[in-house]
Amino acid sequence: MRKNWPVLLLISFLLVGLALPLATKASPPGFYIEVLLGGLMAGVLYSLVAMGFALIFKASGVFNFAQGAMVLFAALAVARLSEAMPLGVAVVLAFAIMVVLAWLIERLVLRPLVNQEGVALLMATLGVTYFLDGFGQTVWGSDIYKIELGIAKEPVMILDNVFQGGILVNKEDFVAALVAALLVTALSIFFQKTSTGRALRAVADDHQAAQSIGIPLNRIWVIVWSIAGLVALVAGILWGAKLGVQFSVSQVALKALPVVILGGFTSVNGAIIGGLIIGVGEKMAEVFLGPVMVKMFDLAGGGIENWFAYVLALLFLLVRPEGLFGEKHIDRV
Amino acid sequence: MQESELPEGRLREAARSSRIGAPILAVEGVSLSFGGVRALADVSFDVREHEIRAIIGPNGAGKSSMLNVINGVYHPQQGTIRYLGRTHHDMDSHEVAQSGIARTFQNLALFKGMTVLENIMTGRTLKMRSSLLLQALRIGPALREEIEHRTVVENIIDFLEIQAYRKTPVGRLPYGLQKRVDLARALAMEPRVLLLDEPMAGMNVEEKQDMCRFILDVNDQFGTTIVLIEHDMSVVMDISDRVVVLDYGKKIGDGTPDEVRANQAVIEAYLGVSH
Repeated sequence: MRKNWPVLLLISFLLVGLALPLATKASPPGFYIEVLLGGLMAGVLYSLVAMGFALIFKASGVFNFAQGAMVLFAALAVARLSEAMPLGVAVVLAFAIMVVLAWLIERLVLRPLVNQEGVALLMATLGVTYFLDGFGQTVWGSDIYKIELGIAKEPVMILDNVFQGGILVNKEDFVAALVAALLVTALSIFFQKTSTGRALRAVADDHQAAQSIGIPLNRIWVIVWSIAGLVALVAGILWGAKLGVQFSVSQVALKALPVVILGGFTSVNGAIIGGLIIGVGEKMAEVFLGPVMVKMFDLAGGGIENWFAYVLALLFLLVRPEGLFGEKHIDRV
Repeated sequence: MQESELPEGRLREAARSSRIGAPILAVEGVSLSFGGVRALADVSFDVREHEIRAIIGPNGAGKSSMLNVINGVYHPQQGTIRYLGRTHHDMDSHEVAQSGIARTFQNLALFKGMTVLENIMTGRTLKMRSSLLLQALRIGPALREEIEHRTVVENIIDFLEIQAYRKTPVGRLPYGLQKRVDLARALAMEPRVLLLDEPMAGMNVEEKQDMCRFILDVNDQFGTTIVLIEHDMSVVMDISDRVVVLDYGKKIGDGTPDEVRANQAVIEAYLGVSH
C-alpha cells in the first residue's frame, strides 16, 4: 500500500481537477454536465479502439499498431457499402471483410514471424497500418463519407427544470454509448462463459500450455483478430456517424496508445476505464483549464486536448508502468 | 528405501505388472539438433500401455528435449514417433493433445489470470461440443454439458485433494500446490498417455511423497500410461516399471529399475568416471 502513494496522489489530483470547476462555481452545473457527457462520449470511442489493442496484445503479445487503420478501414467499408445496400447488410458484409482481413493478417504476417522479436512484429503491424490506410483508399476512395444511422441529430434539451438552461444531449451519443456497452458486455460474457473464451484467455496467459491442452494457436489468433476487427467496426461506425469517415480517424486512434498505457496493456477493463478517464480528462482540461491558463500565464490556452492524454500517460509510466489494471511483472530470481 | 516398502506397495506392483499391455507409444531413431548442438542422437524406446516409464539422465542429457519431441513442441530431424499404430514426426502440440496425450510442465505453465477451477476446466476444452451461443447463454444442452464437465473436474479436484483452493487464483498458491493444479489440468483431458516433466522438481520431501502417491494412483485408478522425466533417481526407481537413461543425447540404458541400477554405463554417467 505504501508504494501506491504516487498513484493515489495522481488520481486524487485528477479528481480534484474534476471537482474544481463546480466547486469554484466557474461553471454552471448544466454546462458542466454537458462537458462531462461530451468527454464520456469521446472516451467511449477511445475505449473501443483501446480494447482492440488490449485484446490482441493479451492474446498474442503483439502490439497491434494497425488497430486505428482497422477502424478507418471498417468505417470506410460500411460507409461505401451502405450507399448501395441497406445499412444492416452493409454492416454484416463489412464484418465478413474484417474476418477475412484477420485471417489474411494471421496467414501472411503473423505466422511467418512467430517466435521473432517483439520489435519485428511491431514493425510488421506498422506495415499493416500503412497498407490498410492506403489500400482502404484504393478500394473505397479518399473522400469524406457519411454513415447514416437514421437517428435524429438534433440535440435534445433535458432536465431543463433542474438546471438553468437545461442540458443539451445528442440522441446519437446515447445510442453510441449503449451500443458500446452492449458490445463490452457481450465480449465479457464470451470471455468468461464460453470454452472458446476460456481458450483465448488460456492462450493469452501461456502459449505452450494452451497448445498442450489441444488449443490450436493459429485458429485462436484468427478469432482474436476477428474480434479486434469487430471492435474496430463498431468504433468505426460510431465514429463515422458522429464525425464522418475520413483519414483523420486513423490518427485519432493513436490516442488509444495513452489509453492502454493508463489502463494496462493486458487489461480489457483497463482499456475501457482508461478511455473514459482520458476522454473526460481532456475535455475538462480543454474547457476549464484552458481559460485559467489564459488568465494566469497569458498563454493562448488552446490545444490542451492534444497533449493532455500523452502527459497523463507519461505520468502513469513514471509512477505505475503496468497501468491501472495491468499485470505486474514479478521476476522470480 | 528399497526394503522398507509397505506390503501394500508390493501388492500394487504385482497387480500393475499383470495389467501392462502392448507398446502404445514408440520413439524410433529420433535425432534432434539445435543448430550445431546435438540434443538427441538416434534414440529409440517404447512405452507400454498402463506402465509408468521414466526417462532419467544427468543435466543436459536431453530428457526435456525427448519429452518435447513426443509432445510435438520440437520436430526431430530424423526418426519418428509411433503412437497407436500411427507414425508421425511433425505433429503440432495441439494435434498431439487431440490424439490423447497430455503433459505437465517443469517450469509451471499455469494460466495465471485464472482460478484453480478455471485452469482445470481449460483441460476440458477439446471435449466441449455445444455451440458458442448456447454456451454464452447457459441454456439447454450447453448447460448440461457444462455440468458434466464440472463433475469430471470436481472429481479430479477431490482426487488431488485441492478442494480448499478451487476459487483461488493459481498465482497465490504455494509451488507444490501449483504443480498439483498443473497435473489436474492434464488429467482433465482424460488422456491415454500422460507426460510428466520433472513432476518432483523443487519440492520438499513431503510434497514429493504426495506427488508419488498421486502418480501411482492415477496409473492405478485411471489406467493412464505415464511417461515421466525425473532428475531425482531414488524417486524414479521407486515408482517406475521401466527406465530409459539418457546421457549427452544418447540412450545408455533401458530396463527395469534394478537392471538400470546395475548398469555400468549408468553408474559412470551419474557418478563420473576417472580417466
